[in-house]
Amino acid sequence: MNLASLWRAAAQHRLFWPVTALIALLALNVPFTPGFFEVHLKNGHLYGSLVSIVLFGSPLILVAIGMTLVIATGGIDLSVGAVVAISGALACLVVSKQADQDSVAGVLLAFALALAAALVCGAWNGLLVARLGIQPIIATLILMVAGRGIAQLITSGQIITVNSDSYSLIGGGYWLALPFALFVVAFVAALSAALTRRTALGLLIEAVGGNAEASRLVGIRARRIKVMAYVFCALCAGVAGLMISSNVSAADGNNAGLWIELDAILAVVIGGTSLSGGRFHLGGTVVGALIIQTLTTTIYTIGVPTQANLVFKAVVVIIVCLVQSPAFRAKAFRARAKRSGPVPRPPGTPADAAHMEVSS
Amino acid sequence: MAEPRPVLEMTGIVKEFAGTRALSGVDFRLFPGEVHALLGENGAGKSTLVKVLTGVHPLDGGTVAMDGQTVHITSPLQAQQAGISTVYQEVNLCQNLSVAENILIGHEPVRHGRILWKELRRRAAELVTRLGLDIDVSATVGSYPLAVQQLVAIIRAVGDAGTGPGTRVLILDEPTSSLDRGEVEQLFALMRRLKAQGVAIVFISHFLDQIYEICDRMTVLRNGVLVGEHPVAGLGRVDLVKLMIGKDLDELEELGEHHTRHAAGDLLLHAEGLGRTGGIAPFDLDVHAGEVVGLAGLLGSGRTELARLLFGADRSDTGRVDLDGRRVTLRAPNDAIGRGVAFLSENRRTEGLVPDLTVRENILLALQAARGWTRPVPASQRDELVAKYIAALDIRPADPEVRAGALSGGNQQKVLLARWLLTQPKLLVLDEPTRGIDVGAKAEIQKLVVSLSEEGMAVVYISAELEEVLRLSHTVAVLRDRRLAARIVNGPDVTPGRILEIIASGEHR
Repeated sequence: MNLASLWRAAAQHRLFWPVTALIALLALNVPFTPGFFEVHLKNGHLYGSLVSIVLFGSPLILVAIGMTLVIATGGIDLSVGAVVAISGALACLVVSKQADQDSVAGVLLAFALALAAALVCGAWNGLLVARLGIQPIIATLILMVAGRGIAQLITSGQIITVNSDSYSLIGGGYWLALPFALFVVAFVAALSAALTRRTALGLLIEAVGGNAEASRLVGIRARRIKVMAYVFCALCAGVAGLMISSNVSAADGNNAGLWIELDAILAVVIGGTSLSGGRFHLGGTVVGALIIQTLTTTIYTIGVPTQANLVFKAVVVIIVCLVQSPAFRAKAFRARAKRSGPVPRPPGTPADAAHMEVSS
Repeated sequence: MAEPRPVLEMTGIVKEFAGTRALSGVDFRLFPGEVHALLGENGAGKSTLVKVLTGVHPLDGGTVAMDGQTVHITSPLQAQQAGISTVYQEVNLCQNLSVAENILIGHEPVRHGRILWKELRRRAAELVTRLGLDIDVSATVGSYPLAVQQLVAIIRAVGDAGTGPGTRVLILDEPTSSLDRGEVEQLFALMRRLKAQGVAIVFISHFLDQIYEICDRMTVLRNGVLVGEHPVAGLGRVDLVKLMIGKDLDELEELGEHHTRHAAGDLLLHAEGLGRTGGIAPFDLDVHAGEVVGLAGLLGSGRTELARLLFGADRSDTGRVDLDGRRVTLRAPNDAIGRGVAFLSENRRTEGLVPDLTVRENILLALQAARGWTRPVPASQRDELVAKYIAALDIRPADPEVRAGALSGGNQQKVLLARWLLTQPKLLVLDEPTRGIDVGAKAEIQKLVVSLSEEGMAVVYISAELEEVLRLSHTVAVLRDRRLAARIVNGPDVTPGRILEIIASGEHR
């Protein structure tokens, strides 16, 4: 295989355009922060912009992984932000009530309780969607709104601060020179990949999302599959909630995980999973989440005025989505080629055109 | 007959999809006032030719001329403006809009930017009555059965024939596949009227009887190549089918005597007083191992409803079912599948295929669902099974990693059959398994049914074609007005005429 055909094979790969967008976005930082790609060891900890992006992007990656499975079933989960808040609030409450906040057993108890609460949230969403047949966007809107209230009740409307080294490990600590959060993300990502691709769960999820009635008639227990997806998504959000609260050693029922559901949905879409359900791509989702976190970082490093933050973000997202759309690329290429000679065959398949639809 | 100038002439049409030639150098001529059959097996290129003509797919080579003038049609809208209207195989209507809105969509009468609803309904109603139909135009399309929806789609396509610039070319892609005889007659009457007005009609159908009844000339395609253009009167059926499939029809013929073979298996399914309000009146039905029970009846007579009850796709509200001598409650498809029942729905696209998944995944789906998510089919076994069934059913292309949605109708149907055969069912319920697929695939599926029943599988076979039901079945159950009207042991004295009599009169005991 020569270089040209290798290149062509790479360009055909599903992750080619998301990864290209990510690299381009990273490169954009270099003129503003000359040492952007540098990573150095300080006090046995790795530091650098790249490390920060992964560290701060960790909660989003987790939430987006869970969201991917829910979206693949043809649903959506708007309540993940609220679950982040609930989980963080409950964990911080439990830790703060303890005499010795550093106690590992106490922190583990806090984690367990927080994740149990997340599980209940996911089961509730699953119940509404799969059992009662409520439209996912409405069903999860309930918890999106009510969940913030629940988080406020847990914290009694205050911001609970904790002072526990054990607790701050998951979101801010280091292990083997790397942020501990990285290991958590790697573990959850590997777990989801194994859970969906090593078993038949992925196939069944894609079938349910691709054609719900056909799946029923083929004997798939679609309800069970959907409940599992919502529970898994909520658990991911629960872990993200622990991370966020641990990172700042505080639980803020109002602001923790605010709007994270929208970023997560965006990450899923950028990663190549269609909002209409069916085929899903966990790897794409992770890249999508990194793109969004890089974008947030870039906004700060290149000094976009605060008022223009969201507009800048929107513009970049639109460009990323357009670049990924085979239909758009075909048009752009053809327009250029018309001036310069023969028309190249548009790359990609019609199936990929779905990306364009969701971005509009 | 002095040949007038063709209204449409396509020359040397080439179309490629991802390197595969769907059409290579096809010529096609259409004269005013003719009904022209476009024939060929599934995947022969009929639909592709139509889509190229109507601007859905861009042309890769060749020219299209209307009235001798070369035209470039690059979108369905342009095609419509050029006077080419199309009704596709799958009904393309907005289910939640009214019949009137659907018929006049894009042509709504407007004044000062507002739609004149009264006028809209009046015009739509006028079009409907002019075609001799009785449809309430203010009801939503979704509230009508598929057959009526098909008629609405046709009305929409010809709708502007009377008002707009005029439809010069009307393309009907499998319009009759979901119509019963009466409705087909209505359609044909309409086609004859349009033909008399000089409209050229392209008629795509797998029903040879209908082609010989309504068409003047025909163009036959095979594997994307033109194999002949003939006047219908000049080519016999046997020759036509030979042209289409490129081989002899012996395979079909040898099926002829099937029903004389006697099936004497054990009682497999026993339904007693099974029924569902609004679906089908309580009925009794026995199916034995190795027996083919054909369900005959008009569209809407309760054939599908009966089949769905046997599978648990719908819940029965009366009666009971014994499977293998054991009382069972069929609350959901799962309950039936677990006891060896398989069901192929008549709606391949909406209730069978998962188009985004690959052929391999679609084939494995039923088996995997039965095993549950924790026990995936091992990779080696999986590939072997899939390859085996792709070969056994001759699914084309024989590539398990192709998107199932990209296959032609007949091949999709084979994928779904493979899906169920993999589970080794005891009872296979087939609802219109041969609808909308070509002669070759049809014969293959019928042959498969025969050999499966010989191996001891019980089959419930539904088809709108009585000849097909009679050819395959040991027992024929006739349905009429959502009631099981008669059960007849098939034999030489059972003819389509006799079945039709029962369907018409409901008398037979």
